[in-house]
Amino acid sequence: MSMENALPISHRQRLWLYALGALVLLFLIAPSVIIVIMSFSGSTLLQFPPEQWSLRWYESYFGSVEWRDATIVSVKVAVMTMIVATPLGTAAAYAINAGTLRLTGAINALLTASLIIPVILIGIGTFFLYARIGLNNTLTGLVIAHTVQALPLVVLTVVSGLRSYDMNQEKVARSLGANRFSAFLQVTMPQIRFSIVSGALFAFITSFDEVVVSLFISGGETTTLTRRMFNALRDQIDPTIAAISTCLIVLSIVLLSAAQLFGRGR
Amino acid sequence: MSMQSAILPHAGARTLNADALHADARRETFGLLALLSPGLLLVFAVIIVPIGWLFWLSLFDETGSLSASNYARFFQQPSYIKTFLTTFKVAFAVTGACVVLGYPLAYMLSQLPRRAASICLILVILPFWTSVLVRTYAWLVILQRKGLINSWLIDLGVISQPLPLANNFAGVIIGMTHIMLPFLVLPLYASMKTIDIDCLRAGMNLGASPAATFRQIFFPLSLPGLASGVVIVFVLCLGFFVTPALMGGGKVIMWAMRIEQTTSLYSNWGAGAALGVVLLAVTLALLGLFQWLLGARATGVWSSR
Amino acid sequence: MQRFSVRNCVTTNCRGSVQALPQLRPAMNDPESREMLLSIAPTALPIGISGIEKRFGGVSVLRDLSLDVAAGEFLTLLGPSGSGKTTLLMILAGFVRANAGSIKVGGEEIIAMPPHRRNIGMVFQNYALFPHMNVFHNIAFPLKQRRVSTAETAERVEKALDLVQLKGLGERRVDQLSGGQRQRVALARAIVFEPRIVLMDEPLSALDKSLREHMQIELRNLHRRLGMTTVYVTHDQREAITMSDRIAVMNAGCIEQIDRPEVLYAAPKTRFVAGFIGDSNFIPVESRNGSVWYEDRKIRMTSAVPAAGCHLMVVRPEKLRLVADAQPAGSVNVIPATVGDVIYQGDSFACYATLRDGRQVTLRDYCRSDVLARLPGPGEPVNLGIDAEDVVLVAAD
Repeated sequence: MSMENALPISHRQRLWLYALGALVLLFLIAPSVIIVIMSFSGSTLLQFPPEQWSLRWYESYFGSVEWRDATIVSVKVAVMTMIVATPLGTAAAYAINAGTLRLTGAINALLTASLIIPVILIGIGTFFLYARIGLNNTLTGLVIAHTVQALPLVVLTVVSGLRSYDMNQEKVARSLGANRFSAFLQVTMPQIRFSIVSGALFAFITSFDEVVVSLFISGGETTTLTRRMFNALRDQIDPTIAAISTCLIVLSIVLLSAAQLFGRGR
Repeated sequence: MSMQSAILPHAGARTLNADALHADARRETFGLLALLSPGLLLVFAVIIVPIGWLFWLSLFDETGSLSASNYARFFQQPSYIKTFLTTFKVAFAVTGACVVLGYPLAYMLSQLPRRAASICLILVILPFWTSVLVRTYAWLVILQRKGLINSWLIDLGVISQPLPLANNFAGVIIGMTHIMLPFLVLPLYASMKTIDIDCLRAGMNLGASPAATFRQIFFPLSLPGLASGVVIVFVLCLGFFVTPALMGGGKVIMWAMRIEQTTSLYSNWGAGAALGVVLLAVTLALLGLFQWLLGARATGVWSSR
Repeated sequence: MQRFSVRNCVTTNCRGSVQALPQLRPAMNDPESREMLLSIAPTALPIGISGIEKRFGGVSVLRDLSLDVAAGEFLTLLGPSGSGKTTLLMILAGFVRANAGSIKVGGEEIIAMPPHRRNIGMVFQNYALFPHMNVFHNIAFPLKQRRVSTAETAERVEKALDLVQLKGLGERRVDQLSGGQRQRVALARAIVFEPRIVLMDEPLSALDKSLREHMQIELRNLHRRLGMTTVYVTHDQREAITMSDRIAVMNAGCIEQIDRPEVLYAAPKTRFVAGFIGDSNFIPVESRNGSVWYEDRKIRMTSAVPAAGCHLMVVRPEKLRLVADAQPAGSVNVIPATVGDVIYQGDSFACYATLRDGRQVTLRDYCRSDVLARLPGPGEPVNLGIDAEDVVLVAAD
């Protein structure tokens, strides 16, 4: 369904629209581009374009024990969140998609609640709860809190994958002698694996980029990268953060491309 | 064999195996609930229980007796009232800016050929996948006193004194608009894509000018998508924390920041909890109103990420 | 358990099917192939369905439905959409749970059994082939579930492929197959594990007309050779008539009539069946004083006179004919009418006429030269003749 020449309006007549759209796109993308370029600056001043180039901010990032530890904590938490949230979300999505349960609306609302509830509330809530059960400043606590925030994204992605999948295939597999679980593993999962992988990537990035809840429940040895960055930004603008930001942007691009590539495989 | 004779031998056996089938149905329901339970349990433990607890806390004053003083404070303390005003001002300004910037972009995306649109779409989605902190940091670098914009303008001789762009209201608006824009563009684009191009062709065929076709056909059809984008942006603005905390320079105190200060700085959990409860109530009320008016789901935006 | 031999194998093939499938004959004459067919033939078992109730929400979809399918029978559930035929099939397969009822296959109750233990082969409307597996692995799937050895799997898949005339296509990907080939793969997959019964949900509806007609005959032949008990769902009455041993006509969650196709066509029991299978003219008649009357004319008929009251006379368009005499003679009933239009249709013509009460009827006849010579023009009065033995009465609604 090509939209080409959809309407009898020439591209020339649309020029103003394209110009406006391009400006908005520039607004969206320019900050990231500027940060990437400035991370290679050689001076402590924030100049653009930089007058001299160096890798000193990357050296400062990778050379600092604090930044490195925070990064390791964030990666650990993100990987564990992904490992926990993906099967949980996939199982929930399957049950929702089966559609035979009553109260599906309420279940949906509950599972996707963390998308709508203000994050600050989840932050003080989990902090308050964790203070009672000793989960503050622990990896377990972080993984649980991040899993709850990543879960809705996995559920939504896998549900939309299941919606575009022909459930008759699982039915036929069951009539051919596979029990429900085995039919899911052999027939359904291979075909919705793209959605599951996308969901897993969402879970990873959601955890890795999470700031507000981590501000409350991480600290000391388990300080996440985002918490450390937030505190650093509150004090002063350290160009090291430009280097870290560039790494995070590259990570986003890699994950987004992975998701797109998997999506195309469909 | 007529229908009559087919039924007769079994008349009175209307509940044949009904119990076994009922038990089987229950087994399946339990199986599906078992699949849901780990996720639901986590959400319940980490979201519902703490929020319920906070609500309970908000009902008691500092001395530990039941009172509405935590809620009465909203109307009595000027600083609270100022926070609410600021919050709604920011939310309206950011939502407005997102509409002004997002509508033309979504319209352009919907009119572009498929390939070009998907490339442009990546430019919208990429910021969506980039950490809010990174994007806020970028705007700090660009907007601060000695930042890019000011140094350029001074170099060009347009201004002699740096403009106050960051650490104030304007900085918060710019930073938050950048973060919220994809939340508006994506659902709007999705709804524009579903508008039947033949409707527009018919409009033009019936004698409407391109501008009239847009105004009378395309725009009204795009309104549901715009509404869902507006609602999600507005609601997210109300509870937003990171950007105003970093770019407001301590001058722009929004609702979420007030909650953080009250609980972390002053350890007044009752007051902080009351703020949180009301914020949640306002959020849910807005979403509920939206769903009631349009029958749409606000979470739809996430699946297009 | 009785294993059915390759019954009706060659002898009952009608001429048309043999012409359509010339490649089938050598396979069946060759004793080795005959042996091969025997080994793949599923065990045919009878199905006893009784008292099936199904409600969705508060809406009753199937009402106390009972039906017996003989071992080896090809039974078609025919009905309009919403009649409950697909729901019944899904209940048989185990994908929809009835609220009450019993399904016995060879005497064993299966109503509460999970689908994977029912041993029922199923062909879906859209085939539901697994796109991530090739043809071989699709067909081998049920054997793999049953832990059949690799060697035997290969052998049985090979036989199944041969049976559906897809020999050598085992390595093909599913998306490389044509619609007809996919249909055959789905069929092979549904019979390769020798299921007790085979269910088919409008399996031909996605094919174009000529391929559909070809596949109808091929399916019919396959059924004759393998003798598996088959329940087939369709909304296409022609397809049902072509393929079935018996047809159950369903309407609003009930079976209106179940009979052999020729009986259903010649002697429909309800107005719905008469209207759904073939074209029908309905002429209101009244039964009084032991006779049936159309206005002031007594209807001659060979079947029993029904109870007093209003009835509908069902007359197929090809059973009406133009007669010269306005008075009934012998066993022919005559009804006067006025010609509205005559449509020439190549091999036949259709004559639309209006009865005296304003009711429209259709008459169809072949274009024989003697008939063509006497074709009436629009507005002309004609006499419509109906043989007494063609008179079928159904209850007026």
